[in-house]
Amino acid sequence: MAILPSSTRSRAGVRWLLLAAFLGLSASFGYGQAKNSCLDCHSTLPDPFGVTQDKFSQDIHAQKGLTCVNCHGGDATSDDADQAMSRKAGWKGKIDRKQIPALCGSCHSDPAYIRGFNPSLRTDQLSQYLTSVHGKRLAGGDTKVAVCTDCHSVHDLRAPSDPRSTVNPVNVATTCSRCHADAAYMSSYKIPTNQFAEYSKSVHHDALAVRGDLSAPTCTTCHGNHGATPPGVASVANVCSTCHVFQSQLFDTSPHKEAFASAGLPGCVTCHSNHGILHPTDEFIGTGDKAVCTQCHTQGDAGYAAAGKIREQLAQLAVAIGNADQILGTAERSGMEVSQPKLDLTQARDALTKARVTIHSFNVDRVGADVKLGVAAAAKDYTAGQQALAERNYRRIGLAISLIAIALALIGLRLYIRQIES
Amino acid sequence: MNPLPKLRQWLDERFEWDDLIAPLREKAVPLHRLSYWYFLGGITLFLFVIQVLTGILLLLYYRPGANEAFESVQYIMTQVQFGWLIRSVHSWSANLMIFTAFAHMFSVLFLKAYRKPRELTWVSGVILLFLVMGFGFSGYLLPWNTLAFFATKVGTEITGQVPIVGKPMMIFLRGGEEVTGATLTRFFGFHVAVLPGLATLLILVHVLLVQRLGISVPPKLEVEWTANPSVKREMKFFPNFLLRELMAWYVALGVLGALAAIFPWNLGVKADPFVPAPAGIKPEWYFLFMFQTLKLIPPKVWFIDGEILGVLAFGVIGLLWLLLPFFESDHPSRTKRWITGVAIFALAYVAGMTVYGHFAK
Repeated sequence: MAILPSSTRSRAGVRWLLLAAFLGLSASFGYGQAKNSCLDCHSTLPDPFGVTQDKFSQDIHAQKGLTCVNCHGGDATSDDADQAMSRKAGWKGKIDRKQIPALCGSCHSDPAYIRGFNPSLRTDQLSQYLTSVHGKRLAGGDTKVAVCTDCHSVHDLRAPSDPRSTVNPVNVATTCSRCHADAAYMSSYKIPTNQFAEYSKSVHHDALAVRGDLSAPTCTTCHGNHGATPPGVASVANVCSTCHVFQSQLFDTSPHKEAFASAGLPGCVTCHSNHGILHPTDEFIGTGDKAVCTQCHTQGDAGYAAAGKIREQLAQLAVAIGNADQILGTAERSGMEVSQPKLDLTQARDALTKARVTIHSFNVDRVGADVKLGVAAAAKDYTAGQQALAERNYRRIGLAISLIAIALALIGLRLYIRQIES
Repeated sequence: MNPLPKLRQWLDERFEWDDLIAPLREKAVPLHRLSYWYFLGGITLFLFVIQVLTGILLLLYYRPGANEAFESVQYIMTQVQFGWLIRSVHSWSANLMIFTAFAHMFSVLFLKAYRKPRELTWVSGVILLFLVMGFGFSGYLLPWNTLAFFATKVGTEITGQVPIVGKPMMIFLRGGEEVTGATLTRFFGFHVAVLPGLATLLILVHVLLVQRLGISVPPKLEVEWTANPSVKREMKFFPNFLLRELMAWYVALGVLGALAAIFPWNLGVKADPFVPAPAGIKPEWYFLFMFQTLKLIPPKVWFIDGEILGVLAFGVIGLLWLLLPFFESDHPSRTKRWITGVAIFALAYVAGMTVYGHFAK
């Protein structure tokens, strides 16, 4: 006896048929994940052989459809480990450190191949790497130096724009410091290992890591990334001038340009240092304890006198701005409307900023011209503050007179009321 | 030669002047220990007149429009002769007027002056209070500064919470989906044309009703005076009470001048619709009790949105408040004590929530 009525049975049969057809078509069109037997085993292995599905799915290559075999070779479709990792199937095993740049370059140096994924991605990484200190030393047989995977990570390699990427601008300094701040690791190279500690105190680190300004420089901005190398004495100024354009132009026209070059001094770094560049203050210039000018200039020479004069000019403008700010603040707290002169005071502040840039000409007159403009603007705002306070006092006197008049009127009314009611 | 008697005769021959002002001569103000509260209505009226006069003067220089409003008020405050005084007096007077209007309302409530036959005086007064708050809300936006911009945004958003009519009302008030220059010109129109027209009309009705019905006496005293008319004490309105009222106006003028000179009304920073709202944005003090209440209501009460519930509740309370005299007994000896209880609770609630809202973050 049939359990189901014939009409129901026929409907159930059609459903099974449709499901089977769907599964068959899905398989033939590659619907779902491609088979990757490597992860079946390696996801259960301990480090350094372990790569979980979760970790690998984070990798930009996996997201673009590449699998283990694209780098390691072998046959990921086979469940037989011997077959999957057979030399016959092209299995390369663990990639030798020396071979890593070339392996990565086999794709990343091929514009035609890379264009298929990201047409704007550069393809000169390997050629640059070969010119870097890292690349040269690797070619010389030093396998301690950084190769692609040391900086970019491996099996969970993310795009540099990803904030979790080891080469995202915010993380670059930390990535470099993994080797360069390790005194034991770097001992054989005889180079300092305090760069990261110094950089962490710098104005550049503050801008990048604290204020989140991604345009602020990190290690690779000055040293290059794939072609990383220390900038030579001659090119330091060029490195800084990529951002600090005006300072660089002024420096080039200054007497210091030639003097530094003949003394073999590395331009900007001579006064500002390299990794630990602090926020410059006006005390940097002049003849005081913190002034950098006295590193070379001594009392009696023209540079010493000019430094002192420039310092005086900056102080004069700073004091003028401070005075205007104070009097406008007092007027504002008294309820006076001084938003316009307060806004105008930014002209004086801008002049001070400009003068601080003009310092790099080391020309007393040029700095003086900027300071003069600023002092004039600050004086105008100070006068506005004085007028506001005078107006406040005038109002208060007016109020006192009005209140006296009102009091007299009240007394008069009271007396009048008393008179008419008596 | 004194020209006044001649002028009076001239007027009398044409308009029967003496008959016209006869009620003023007859008018008397009850005299008792709570008579001082009678000054509040007059002070509110005086402040309204100040508002009209200073408002007209401000109109000479004020330019409505998102690109000009702030600058024109700044110009008034800094360049126009005594512009700072006019604008500061206008702003301070507005706040004082709202305060005295509230005080006047509660004094009427506690003295039970809303009773028969003065129900309509109460109704017109409460509507006037709502109008005065509308003046405050619309005028606050006119300088087009940051605080005003965001307070208006929040205020009109609350209007938008009213079911069915809320959204169209919000769009009508804003002149669009967002607070823009269109909102400013719209609020300017309400502030200088619609509201003054309505308010003037209602003030006339209110004052005529006061004139027609006379000044109320607290129920206990009314019973006492009706039983024994010989103990009744009164003061002539003209000139005795009016001269005293004039003294109160002088005092108000002195307070206004002092506030304007010592604490000139702040202009703030020009509104920028593209910057985020400043933290802890609050409405003007007279809306704080409602704002704080809405903040305290949970997001969901049973299945109703908390904010919608709050707005609806305030609407219903406002309507009941307007109709309060109709719940009161007609007989002075049988006034309802629960109304006094409600009045005490309302005053405590409004004052408490305003203070709480001021200090709350």
